Amino acid sequence: MPKARGEGPVEIVQIVGLGLLAGMLISLLRQHKPELAMQLSIAAGVMLFVLMMAKVLRVVEVMQSLASRANLEQAHMDTVLKIIGIAYIADFGAQVLSDAGEKAVATKVEMAGKIIIMLLAVPIILGVLDAILKLLG
Amino acid sequence: MDVQLLFRIAGVGIIVAVMATVLKQAGKDEQGQMVTLVGVLVVLMMVVTLLGKFFNLVKATFGMY
Repeated sequence: MPKARGEGPVEIVQIVGLGLLAGMLISLLRQHKPELAMQLSIAAGVMLFVLMMAKVLRVVEVMQSLASRANLEQAHMDTVLKIIGIAYIADFGAQVLSDAGEKAVATKVEMAGKIIIMLLAVPIILGVLDAILKLLG
Repeated sequence: MDVQLLFRIAGVGIIVAVMATVLKQAGKDEQGQMVTLVGVLVVLMMVVTLLGKFFNLVKATFGMY
């Protein structure tokens, strides 16, 4: 399979370049129009994230194949992946908000992420407890 | 997903900043504020589209529906 341009280890150069460029533009804009600087930083963050998403997908596939080899329950694996996704999104939003100086809202977003993650984890915790009880009984 | 969007947003920002300054110097503060507002809205449209794509990508990657 021929490599696409900028694939492989060279990609780090692309990413660092994109980050530096975005940083320069953001600090240029921040003096005059802070609200636009914030939007530019959101766009830059999303782009860097999307660049990494293809790699994350590959890691997820490896994890899933490992899980199926270990005969883990598929539902539990799905829950773990969902939790990772929620953590990514909540963290992204909270960081953008605290960058824009809205610490209070950022904390609430983080709290919401934690609560949703806890709710998702309940079936796994119950499963663990059931297994322990079975071992004891 | 390319770098052009970054340049587009930065360009809109710089142009809006310059126009707002010029209008302010000419004593037209109202128009300056309108230009700023329109610039923010235009950029907001781009950023919201990008964010929607990003959330869909994350949802598809981690199977969260």
